[in-house]
Amino acid sequence: MSPTAIFRKYELQNYVVYLGFIAIFLFFAVTLHDAGFTSTRNLTNILLQTAPATILAIGLVFALSAGEIDLSFGSAVAVSALSAAVVMQVLPMPLAILAGLGAGLAVGAFNGLLVAWLRLPSFLVTLATLGLFAGVARTMTNLRSIPVTNDFFTGVFGSGKLFGVPSLVWWTVIGVVIGHLVYRHTRFGAHVLATGDNARAAQVSGIKVPRVRFMVLTICGGCAGLAGLLYAGRLQSATYTLGESDLMIVIAAVIVGGTALNGGKGSIIGALIGSLLMGMLNNGLILMGLQVSDQMIVRGLIILVAVAASLRDTTR
Amino acid sequence: MTQPILSLTDIHKAFGGVVAIDNFSLDLHPGEIVALVGDNGAGKSTLIKIVSGVHKPTTGSIRLDGEETSFSDASGAREAGIEVVYQDLALADQQPVYMNMFLGRELTKGPLGLLDKRKMMNDTQELVDELDVRIPSASATIRDLSGGQRQGIAIARATHWASKLILLDEPTAALGVAETARVEELVLSLRERNIAILIVSHSLDQVFRLSNRICVLRRGQQIGVRDTATTDKNEIIAMITGLQT
Repeated sequence: MSPTAIFRKYELQNYVVYLGFIAIFLFFAVTLHDAGFTSTRNLTNILLQTAPATILAIGLVFALSAGEIDLSFGSAVAVSALSAAVVMQVLPMPLAILAGLGAGLAVGAFNGLLVAWLRLPSFLVTLATLGLFAGVARTMTNLRSIPVTNDFFTGVFGSGKLFGVPSLVWWTVIGVVIGHLVYRHTRFGAHVLATGDNARAAQVSGIKVPRVRFMVLTICGGCAGLAGLLYAGRLQSATYTLGESDLMIVIAAVIVGGTALNGGKGSIIGALIGSLLMGMLNNGLILMGLQVSDQMIVRGLIILVAVAASLRDTTR
Repeated sequence: MTQPILSLTDIHKAFGGVVAIDNFSLDLHPGEIVALVGDNGAGKSTLIKIVSGVHKPTTGSIRLDGEETSFSDASGAREAGIEVVYQDLALADQQPVYMNMFLGRELTKGPLGLLDKRKMMNDTQELVDELDVRIPSASATIRDLSGGQRQGIAIARATHWASKLILLDEPTAALGVAETARVEELVLSLRERNIAILIVSHSLDQVFRLSNRICVLRRGQQIGVRDTATTDKNEIIAMITGLQT
């Protein structure tokens, strides 16, 4: 049997993310042991830093599974974080949370309306809104950063702990559990997969395909809203560059985690592992003392290899 | 004879000025297989779409169990117990068999409305065993199945949900000889279920193997209906082409 045949037969692409995760972890654990890679503090840090990316990845799994894509979430993150920070300065804190989440949802719903009912391709719609809302984020505060000082807010969305577990870990766990339940165990999840797999079959089976498309993009926006709050809480400030660098990392995490680019197949757990893998990579390369430019090159190459490995089967 | 399940009376359908179906009338009885034949563009697909609720007839009446009916869309027809098996199957390839069997009508349980996968799997297994559709398991992925198995799943799905009528649109067009034979057996076995079957096929051999009656369309006109037992291919071909043989 050829390697490709073995690869296909055992559906190894489903496990690439786990194997890759273990391999890269072991590699860093050995080579960077003295640099403190395996210290509890460092590992916790990785977990905390990946929280927003994991939340974004959950939304993207829904979009890709339905055969759509969202490229605009980075801008939605910035708009959401800034909305929360600005509202917090003049209004009670709960309204700031609502403003942040609402801004994300609004961006997502805007994408969704254009895709579902004007039947525009989500790639182009969200490419356009990526630029559009990046501009909105810059305009909102004239490029200024807004400090976030409310202790309750930074506790809940940043540095706080509950039962000894950091709040960012709680958000990751809550997001993954709810995401996984909805994706795998509800009718909506089944309709998302059916729509991405064969939209016509879904349509003739009575599934409301436009509604599914609207919903997945709105979910992406909602996840971006939450990610924006997490950034604002952890960094204790909001600025227009938040989320800007997440696009490649989140897409890579989702694809490496076993979600098909062309719909019908995906995994929330895989996306979590993919996201942790990207965070670990980021952390390890910094500990190795690589220059930022070298980090970008190495990260790009590793993502390329990982994506190629996880996509082999679907390109037949 | 018993009351017809489906009665089409003076169905007329025009798209703008183009007449697609002119004065079509047909009764379908429970346990009966009626074949709809005709050349390309004769109006077979239009008729299927009218019965399945996709198109509304311009004039004419559709009665289901004697009741005058008008479907607003395909879901309306589906709710009334009419199922369609499409030529291209309408299956979601990367999903398991049981999810396809319940596509759009998934079973749920509990207060959270979570999918009842176990029941869907069991019901699917029961159904495919009963119909003798041989697949590895109810949780197999569709794309790992052969064309015949897929068509078996599509027909089993229609059988599961149809309480009145199944429309088969070229059910074996994409299949090999052995697979076609399996699907034909399956279609014949459905007669015992007391539903009516309307089948569109280009293969006259198949039409003669399966049907009780044959209805011929030519350019939107209903040329005639014959009992399969008392007609022959020459007569049907003459009706289809309009040429005497």
